[in-house]
This record gives sequence, C-alpha cells and structure tokens, in this order.
Amino acid sequence: MQFSHKIAGGDFSRAGHAASSVKRVLRELNIDPIVSKHVVIGLYEAEVNVVAHAWSGTVDVDIDGTRVKITITDKGPGIEDIERAMEEGYSTASAEVREMGFGAGLGLSNMKKNSDSFVIESIPGEGTKVELVNYLGRHKVPSSIKNTLKAGRTATSYGSNKTGI
Amino acid sequence: MTIGELTGLIDGKIICCEEKRSELVEHAFASDLMSDVLTVEKENLVLITGLANLQVIRTAEMAEIGCIVFGRDKKVGADIIDLAKQNNMVLVESPHSVFHISGELYKAGLKSIY
Repeated sequence: MQFSHKIAGGDFSRAGHAASSVKRVLRELNIDPIVSKHVVIGLYEAEVNVVAHAWSGTVDVDIDGTRVKITITDKGPGIEDIERAMEEGYSTASAEVREMGFGAGLGLSNMKKNSDSFVIESIPGEGTKVELVNYLGRHKVPSSIKNTLKAGRTATSYGSNKTGI
Repeated sequence: MTIGELTGLIDGKIICCEEKRSELVEHAFASDLMSDVLTVEKENLVLITGLANLQVIRTAEMAEIGCIVFGRDKKVGADIIDLAKQNNMVLVESPHSVFHISGELYKAGLKSIY
C-alpha cells in the first residue's frame, strides 16, 4: 500500500495531520501497536520539522508485509551540518517553534530512536529528505553507523537504536 | 488513582471526556517540551503541562497519553477541546502551578517515570 500527504511549511495548526492519518491507517491494517507508535512518533517529529523549518513537504508512505517505510521530502533551507544537527540539544528553531513546545534539539534523535533504519540527506538551499523504516517482525538491522559526506550534499544513515516502547 | 480523584486533589475541572473520570492513572510526567513527552514509554500516564496549544494534543495522540492536566489556570481553546474529543482524551484545567500540581499528585502516589 502506498499513499502520500502534503505538508505546508509554517502552518502549525495542521502539524500532525499526516501522522494522525497514518496512525489511523496502521490501526485499520492491524499493525502491531508498538510498531505503530514508533512509526507515528518518528513521522510526527519529521512533520513538525517540515512545518518549523521548510516551505513545503511531502510524506510518502509505503507499507508491505515486512515493513513500514516513510519518506519525508521537503523544499527548504536544508541542513548545513547533519552531524551537528543530530546532536541532542542542538537546534536552529525560531522562538515561535519553541513556544509550540518543540525546538529543543531532540527531533532528529527521536526519529532515529523510533526507527529501525534512519537515513537523512540534505542539500543546503534546496531541502531535506528523511527515510524512516520500521520492520513489522523481529528483523534486525545492523547497528553500525555509516556516514557519507559529499561536497554540497550530505547523506547520513543510522542503524537501529530503537527504544522499547 | 482515578482521574476524578486526581482532579479533586488539584482543585481542577474536567473540560473534555468527563465520562472517563473513573479511569485509572498510575504515572505522571510534567513537561512543556513536546519532544521530551514523545520519549515517554509508560501507559496510564497523565501529562502535566503549562502549554496550551494544539501540538500538546497531537503529541499526546502520538504518545498515546489519555489525560492532560493544564496548570497555571491556562484556558484551553475550543479547537484544542475538539481535537481532544476526537482522540478520547481527558482534559483537566487547574488553577495551580505545574510545580504545585506535580507535588500534590506525587504526594498522593502517582509515580514518576524517570
């Protein structure tokens, strides 16, 4: 099953609509509630990031018998230094975002903790793409961390560090 | 304790889903930081916050938190109540500070999660 949602940058009144919609679909598909909770928390953090930092974004959901794959692609300022952005506590969020209860520098690490596979790519000045994969069974993903840094383009993938909700 | 008992301890008022006042809560977490709330792994949890906006409800929806207490006499808007109703969440308003509410509920036996 595949479907998509649009995200409008800056519109906090709708932040969470995509995650809420995906949560309903996962419930209808009888996806394990623990897996579902991880999926929607990761997606919600990503959705808030798009609203907070980007101009627009798309959520693509791809569910098969083994995993839920969510890809969040935005048009926005991108991330200059992904390694730094991954550090808990580091944030470039505005005062408005902080007033909403976010912007404490935990979003990316929460996405990583709630997914079996987390890959982030960003082109400064163009946008950011995040791919979150959660397996439906007891699949294991190597915990090794791979970093690929290229001039002008940064891609970082992380293995599983999921917490046991 | 039940949500009804909790509400009495903090001079609170249930403003959404009052029919769930007999449901039990076991743990509490106080925060205005929603990303911190998303790390919570307990069930039967009450969130105590001084933040009153839609993202508090969205966060509780994702974290599967069924009861939220708003401290410092924060008035919750109709849009927030509507979204909470859709998600069967109990909302409680209290005139006391988050610190005071946390102290009363801790004293009465609600457990901390960290």
